[in-house]
Amino acid sequence: MSAAAPRSVIIAGATSGMARACAAVFAREGYAVALGARNDEENERIANDLRVRYGGTAAAIHFEAADFDSHEGFLTACAEALGGEAGGLIYFAGTMAEQRAAEQDFTLARTMIDVNYTGCVSLTEAFARRCEARQAGFIGLVSSAAGDRGKQSNYIYGSTKGAMTVYAQGLRNRLFKSGVSVTTVKPGFVDTAMTFGMKLPPALTASPEQAAEAIFRGVVRRRDVVYVLWFWRYIMLIICAIPEWQFKKMGM
Amino acid sequence: MLSGWGRMSPAECEVVRPAAPSHLSDATAGTGTWIARGLGRSYGDQAVNAGNRVLDLTQMNCMLGFDAGTGVVECEAGVSLEALIDTFLPRGYFLPVTPGTKYATVGGAIANDVHGKNHHAVGSFGNFVESFRLMTAEGNLLDCAPDQNSEVFWATVGGSGLTGAIVSARVRLQPVETGYVTVDYERCKNLDDVLARAHDGDDRYQYSVAWIDCLAKGGSLGRSVLMRGNHTPLSGLPTALSGNPYPGTARRMAIPFDFPGFVLNAASIKAFNEVFYLRHHTRQGVVTDWNTYFYPLDQIKKWNRMYGKRGFAQYQATFPEESVNGIVRLLERLSATRRASFLAVIKRMGSPNAGLLSHPIEGYTLNLDLPNRSGLVDFLHELDRILLDHGGRLYLAKDVCAKAETFAEMYPRLGEFRAVRNRLDPNNRLASNQARRLKLVEVPA
Repeated sequence: MSAAAPRSVIIAGATSGMARACAAVFAREGYAVALGARNDEENERIANDLRVRYGGTAAAIHFEAADFDSHEGFLTACAEALGGEAGGLIYFAGTMAEQRAAEQDFTLARTMIDVNYTGCVSLTEAFARRCEARQAGFIGLVSSAAGDRGKQSNYIYGSTKGAMTVYAQGLRNRLFKSGVSVTTVKPGFVDTAMTFGMKLPPALTASPEQAAEAIFRGVVRRRDVVYVLWFWRYIMLIICAIPEWQFKKMGM
Repeated sequence: MLSGWGRMSPAECEVVRPAAPSHLSDATAGTGTWIARGLGRSYGDQAVNAGNRVLDLTQMNCMLGFDAGTGVVECEAGVSLEALIDTFLPRGYFLPVTPGTKYATVGGAIANDVHGKNHHAVGSFGNFVESFRLMTAEGNLLDCAPDQNSEVFWATVGGSGLTGAIVSARVRLQPVETGYVTVDYERCKNLDDVLARAHDGDDRYQYSVAWIDCLAKGGSLGRSVLMRGNHTPLSGLPTALSGNPYPGTARRMAIPFDFPGFVLNAASIKAFNEVFYLRHHTRQGVVTDWNTYFYPLDQIKKWNRMYGKRGFAQYQATFPEESVNGIVRLLERLSATRRASFLAVIKRMGSPNAGLLSHPIEGYTLNLDLPNRSGLVDFLHELDRILLDHGGRLYLAKDVCAKAETFAEMYPRLGEFRAVRNRLDPNNRLASNQARRLKLVEVPA
């Protein structure tokens, strides 16, 4: 990490299980954290938990992923709470509607696009400008293995994540010369509220705590792409290697 | 499929996992019955609710506050004992009472009024609960303390979750100078020996427990190793350790698969017991870290797999002081039927508290792990009979098959408990497999 990046981080979309666990790892490692979430009560509950456990700065700040015009103000509020510009940003905000429902109802698809992708671009661009200005910082974008290949079972959600992955690639390319890292995170299966009740194979499923440790390590070591469980990289390589003419016949 | 830690009676349940206290009312809405569940370390069918709802409260695990002066922590019910140790041991506080696993939740510790190796000195977990907030089956939030809604407080302490879901609690931790315990080991040649030593010497120790060899017979019946200790003061720490008086937890190994049923048999357990007894000769002042002393089994993830797919029962029998010969009869039955217990411990218990279904009574408690081989249920009923004849009682956190009549005879305050319950839960929304079996709740005809 470049010397100029302060030990502080913004967690956007802080109330998911994975985001909360990740905020806890940063707090444990001595980072000041600003938590952004739409539900103020939940957000404050989590921030307070971090303060009791780790004693450092943990501020809950209202954040609406899909209210793009509010993002500059959100970053300014974070900087105030953290006593200076944040060292890094991790974008966790994400929502997944049921695929079939989203096919029938565009508002559901649109919410996923707004929260998962457009909100990510809006907030991250604003943060990237601040990082570029001081030639330091780190950015973690929590994408998904679902974005590596479109599948009939969740391609609308997957496309928002695929867009996020491509966005992260380009941003990484742009910010490299400024000393700002961009890490794409592809968690694979994680046992969170989003996946609770799905029949996930236990051996392929990480706990939110495992995911959080992997994300923290990847981001502070300025990795380009992080998979939480290493074999997911290879699972996705195989899935992506299937020729399209074959893939379209498969019921995935 | 959901079961207790002993994995003996799995059942299909509808599991919901509220992410925060604000989701509790949604999670309990609708029809059917529900029961709260924590980390699933109760052995039997206490947090199992066949065909109905189980509330997994492990995500309701935020800390709410800590008073460094008094050591009182306020936290949500799903906070694990491990998290309390991780957070507060470095600040000089340890759990006031701990069961043999740190993978239990605060809510579960209250619902079972858990006890530990210091019961003879300080009693059970409920004694250190300053207050808690309960969400009743009717959806009301009720603040309870020994002097506020005290009836509900003492029905909930040890009440197996049948008064509602504990949302949050304030628990008084104990100050410690280090994370170590200075342990004295004493070999005891038989049951009389260990009981006499526990009776005479336990007062000098905060913690006392004895490992007991259930396969020893005749004059050696009940031969044991008494392991007693006190929190190590800073001045008692060897120089090598004084740099880090509050050690963290070490890495754990895991049991990767279910052992075949034959691994733990009388012969292998006999061999283990022999080695254990011979290795633990009498010695004094062994400085042991908290994790090794309090949680030896926690070092092995999923240790319940040692007992194979069929699982095991843990049997805890507490006898009043005056009828300790019940223990002799129990051990004789075990020895005679070759139903070896891999881990068996015996401990002197102190004064009970006011919990209506709280387990501890003054006397001695014997704790056995019994692999699920054919005839186990009948055998446990036979042990129940011995226990009843000697005025003793079972523990709800361990029980898996007792009969309702047996339980009612063991817990004379069951009627009071039911009365409080009926008042709090007039529509009988709370239930578990265990509660139906033991008729702790009204069972529809």
